[in-house]
Amino acid sequence: MKTHLIIGLLLLCFVGLSGCTGIKPWVKPYERNNLADPIMSLDRHGAAGSYIHHVYQAREGARGAEGGAGGGCGCN
Amino acid sequence: MKTSIKSNSILRNLVISILLSSMAVMGQANELSGAAHDFTLKSNQGKNLRLQDLRGQVVMLNFWASWCGPCRQEMPLMDNIYKKYEKLGFTILAVNVDEDSSDADDFLKSVPVSFPVLYDNDSKVSELYDVDAMPTTVMIDRDGNKRFLHRGYKEGYEIDYEKQVKKLIRE
Amino acid sequence: MVQGVVVVVTNSSLFSTIFGNTSKTLFFKAFFVLLITVNSILMAADAMAGTLPVDSVDILHHRFDGGGMEIDGPFVLVRKSIGTQVSVNGHYYIDSVSAASIDVVANASEYTEERTEVSAGVDFLHEKTMISTGYTNSEENDFVANSVFFSIGQDFFGDLTKLTMGYARGWDEVGKIESDFSEDVDRQIYKLGLSQVLTKNSLMGLDIETISDEGYLNNPYRSYRFFDPADTTKSLTSVEVYPETRTSTAVAVRGLYYLPYRASIKGEYRYFSDSWGIDAHTYEVLYVHPFGRQWTLEARVRRYSQSSADFYSDIFTHEGANDFLARDKELSTYTGMTYGGGVTYEFGQGVIPHVNKLKLTLLVDYLKYEYDNFRDVTAGDGLLDAGTEPFYEFDAWVTRASITFEY
Repeated sequence: MKTHLIIGLLLLCFVGLSGCTGIKPWVKPYERNNLADPIMSLDRHGAAGSYIHHVYQAREGARGAEGGAGGGCGCN
Repeated sequence: MKTSIKSNSILRNLVISILLSSMAVMGQANELSGAAHDFTLKSNQGKNLRLQDLRGQVVMLNFWASWCGPCRQEMPLMDNIYKKYEKLGFTILAVNVDEDSSDADDFLKSVPVSFPVLYDNDSKVSELYDVDAMPTTVMIDRDGNKRFLHRGYKEGYEIDYEKQVKKLIRE
Repeated sequence: MVQGVVVVVTNSSLFSTIFGNTSKTLFFKAFFVLLITVNSILMAADAMAGTLPVDSVDILHHRFDGGGMEIDGPFVLVRKSIGTQVSVNGHYYIDSVSAASIDVVANASEYTEERTEVSAGVDFLHEKTMISTGYTNSEENDFVANSVFFSIGQDFFGDLTKLTMGYARGWDEVGKIESDFSEDVDRQIYKLGLSQVLTKNSLMGLDIETISDEGYLNNPYRSYRFFDPADTTKSLTSVEVYPETRTSTAVAVRGLYYLPYRASIKGEYRYFSDSWGIDAHTYEVLYVHPFGRQWTLEARVRRYSQSSADFYSDIFTHEGANDFLARDKELSTYTGMTYGGGVTYEFGQGVIPHVNKLKLTLLVDYLKYEYDNFRDVTAGDGLLDAGTEPFYEFDAWVTRASITFEY
């Protein structure tokens, strides 16, 4: 049920927003100095990062939604 | 049984939709018109540099940052073009948009270039040129008009750069 | 016009026939609409391209020491781009297990075991769309797992937003050593991820993941216990009975903020809920502080808490008390705290020819788990009445030491 609501919400947001073709990015590509800094990465540690998720998954009942990628330099 | 048929269809339809939606009409360069906005910036060659002073030369205006991978990739290739055509009335102005210029200077120590590098720390010129991609390259002809635009850098763009530079030199 | 096409497509009976109307296929409908609509905007402007992952070799030595277990081994992860649109990757991972956890000590004796995992995958970049797929195989002497995944990522709104969607399928074979016992598990995973740049100094992420398992979901070595009808100060054991299905949903939100003196702080919260009645909350805060260009320190704190599964009990009143009976501590009510830190040292270009970056990392975490309704049957030397043993707790040190090369 919760999943339905969340997906429905996301869907509405984006279909609605997509009508605004005039949306200009509010952070310009040349302003991404700090976002491109490696310390602002959601996944800094590669293999070490996925290993710790495996440690938790093996010992805890919860699983999923552990990672993400994004931000960065936004080049090209 | 039912699940596996669904999965196969899902996968197939996902692939089709991606291919369909990604079929954008791609132009690697836009053609531009109008006068290139004048500006003055500090350069790495000591004095300030004004765009208007370069009227009569073909100018390749490039916006780059030390934190931008594709920007770093194209610098040595741009240097090759600069060395080849400089004597024919051509120059490159590499406008660096790093907030802290020392990051740019560090990069230039390991990848030195012969063309002037300008410092746009507070992004005034980037805003003036409505830069919406990193890197961005604008080709300016001898009359000071914007002629070609490149957004981003992918392997092979340097071939287009050279073609356009040759064309503008011959005009 | 494109919106019209999208509406027609998603409302057609053909679409419904192929995709049905289950909650899982809602993911796909949502994504198709999104993808087609957004790309229609991009077609109007010049679509550009994103960037492939950086070529790298990551060599990690990992170690888990605690709860009576010592597990360590290598983990090698390699990424290489081929041309400008394709990047391939692969990994090799080993868990070398010695000693035994409370589960095994309570019922059997110490053992050594090794688990090997390998994977191969491809990333394909087309304009602003990244398509990824891969296959993973994991093997140990009594368990085999195979899985495949497929995911699509799309950047839009000037690269401020990234939407990712993934589907994975897994097949496990559960066995027992020195036995012909063999059962299967079939797994399906649906993932939706959104990352959004908020300001020049912050970004946030939202992730949703639904996992559905079907098959033999117990551990074949574990049993539940119940009061001995002949002597209620003692307990007897019997084989666990688990449901044949499990569906879980996890929703996580994370935020990253850049501090003005060059440091970053990340906060995460994840809510988990499943069809077995487990509810879990995970909170984590990570602080990263670089010193100059080469040294970076980090510190993290994590809190995990969960409430037990409906059919879990440390000790049941009698044999067959419920339809389903489990005594797995991972299904009980407990809290886990992690306190960790790390240091990274980076060499730039020039140290090794052709290598852009060389990074050395050491991460150490202290984990402490305290159970609220799982008792330590090994305590008291057998003098305690069944069901009065102290609650179990354990701590562990997790160490990760790695070298990363970027080309």
